[in-house]
Amino acid sequence: MNAIVLAVIGIFIFALGYRFYSKFVAEKIFKLDPNYVTPAHKFKDGVDFVPTNKFVLWGHHFTSVAGAAPILGPAIAVYWGWLPAVLWVVLGTVFAAGVHDFGTLALSVRNKGQSVGTLAHRLIGQRGKILFLFIILILVLMVNAVFAWVIANLFISFPASVLPVFIQIPLALWIGHAVYKRNKKMLVPSLVALAVMYITAIVSSQVSFLQIDLVRYMGGEEGAGLFGLGAISTAFFIWIAILMIYVYIASTLPVWKLLQPRDFINSHQLIVGLGILYLGLLFTNPQITAPISNPDANVSWFPLLFITIACGAISGFHGLVSSGTSSKQLDKETDARFVGYLGAVGEGILALVSIIAVITFFPNREAFFATYSSFQAASGAGLGTFIQGASQLAEGLLIPASVAATIVSIIVVSFAATTLDTSVRLMRYIISELGVEYKVPSLEKKHVATTIAVVASAALVLLPEGPNGFGSGGYLLWPLFGTSNQLLAGISLLLVSIWLKRLGRSYVITIVPMIFLMFMTLWAMFQQVFLQWAWYADSPNTLLFVFGSIIFVFTLWIILTAIQALMNPRGTGISELDLD
Amino acid sequence: MLDKLKKLIAYYEEVLELPHRTEIARELRAEDDLFLLMLYSEMLGIPNPAYYYTLELYPYMIEEFHDWHLRMGMEKSPLSGIRCC
Repeated sequence: MNAIVLAVIGIFIFALGYRFYSKFVAEKIFKLDPNYVTPAHKFKDGVDFVPTNKFVLWGHHFTSVAGAAPILGPAIAVYWGWLPAVLWVVLGTVFAAGVHDFGTLALSVRNKGQSVGTLAHRLIGQRGKILFLFIILILVLMVNAVFAWVIANLFISFPASVLPVFIQIPLALWIGHAVYKRNKKMLVPSLVALAVMYITAIVSSQVSFLQIDLVRYMGGEEGAGLFGLGAISTAFFIWIAILMIYVYIASTLPVWKLLQPRDFINSHQLIVGLGILYLGLLFTNPQITAPISNPDANVSWFPLLFITIACGAISGFHGLVSSGTSSKQLDKETDARFVGYLGAVGEGILALVSIIAVITFFPNREAFFATYSSFQAASGAGLGTFIQGASQLAEGLLIPASVAATIVSIIVVSFAATTLDTSVRLMRYIISELGVEYKVPSLEKKHVATTIAVVASAALVLLPEGPNGFGSGGYLLWPLFGTSNQLLAGISLLLVSIWLKRLGRSYVITIVPMIFLMFMTLWAMFQQVFLQWAWYADSPNTLLFVFGSIIFVFTLWIILTAIQALMNPRGTGISELDLD
Repeated sequence: MLDKLKKLIAYYEEVLELPHRTEIARELRAEDDLFLLMLYSEMLGIPNPAYYYTLELYPYMIEEFHDWHLRMGMEKSPLSGIRCC
């Protein structure tokens, strides 16, 4: 099958979903009112609450939610063939992610722009809020561990990308300083920074001297590293240690100093990445060589597919963005459809092209099965294959393969690094909030909370043993990341359902995806935690078993609490709820 | 064509600057808050001779003062002289 046809079909279904389904949801279920005074107007303060043009807000919302996760998940999930992955991305975006992102935005707008965490408190009570905070804490911990592993892995596989990625840091500090202290515009300096990074990438992909390859320095894969570890294990250890020191500094600095200028440069990279992939697809016009399905898979796609692709089909993280910032800036209530639903569609489009990059990369089926020989192999090789596939598409734009591979890996590392920065910062805030809740004042201190966040993440990423030894097993955490992300999405959908029920509206559109998602996620978790990682199962793993069990119990608990709230219309918080 | 391109670039720039505008506004507000706190130094027990001469600024700052004391965690106006709430 031709890949362009697949992309066109996918985008056409997204367009239908936006044109008809989201219109139905907006008019009949959420009953958006163009005359409703949104929090951006009601609490206008020029800082958080600012009425913003819907196109601008959509752009910001999309660049905040799109990252490395919608690339990595699909690149692994094509192991079961391309059809299941494409179907889940397309249908998941239309019926689950769109409604979730749109729903959390609409819910928050009708409730003073409060975040889903605060709304959990009002809708399902104090215990619900604490459980919710713990689930978010586990999610960000997983994000830190997985993305630290992703970056270390790419630095080891694509050593030419190291220098350009590190050059971004001083450039971003310079831009931050120029904008904040001297009130300069950001567009031109950030484009210059991007050009410097890409020129460095072109040079370093040609000159081996500039490639910082720790494994080669230690005498290749068989070489001896530090502390009696192998070369690859030592390289993982060094990169993860450097990354953790970096995120400690980055997440304690004021955001305008480093985080925001980096985001600014990375937003250009998102456009460059999408441009390379879609234009490359158009010019190379490739055929799909991967199989449509994989009947000999060693791990069943059902239900594991639904947690392997989290972002790109549905992601709880989007609800945090929708209710955290976007809802405070919505000019008219009717704009929620454009910003929320189309934001999810943007992410779906990115996930779709990631799938296409991987399934057109291989010369034939045999080559595909040689790389994707088992689910474990697919988990380890997925991202590398995406980068090679993307650089093959880029060759259609006359970019040499080695340069393209370096640039694509820089793009993925930059996305992952931004996510890492943000989530370490988020974890610090949550630890502080738990400190307030449980009256442990020392946890409220910035450096104490950040130290706990960084040390816990480092321990989690270094502990699991992978095929290449110490540190290389970070991908084992990917299903747990997917799980906690999906659970968060399910809980947010449940909150929207409770809200709709209390308004006396039909809540089928949110409760059906919620039940589907919770069922698949809990089932997948049960299989992994109790039939795979437990001490009596095939591949016992104490760490994953303990983590998985904690998430499992918390989730059941929060679902029961929420169902109680759903069944009881006079439940906690209802009297203070703004139901208008 | 050129106009459209300019509009597109302006749009793109606005999208990217949205979070930075928020953050910079927040930092500036924090500086202003500190400045106001210093102006109301009587509250900390330090006499402020300029206080009686600032009465004519009253109508200009009452709204801002109200927002400020809320942000500073004081539900009611801390000064008996300014009765915003």
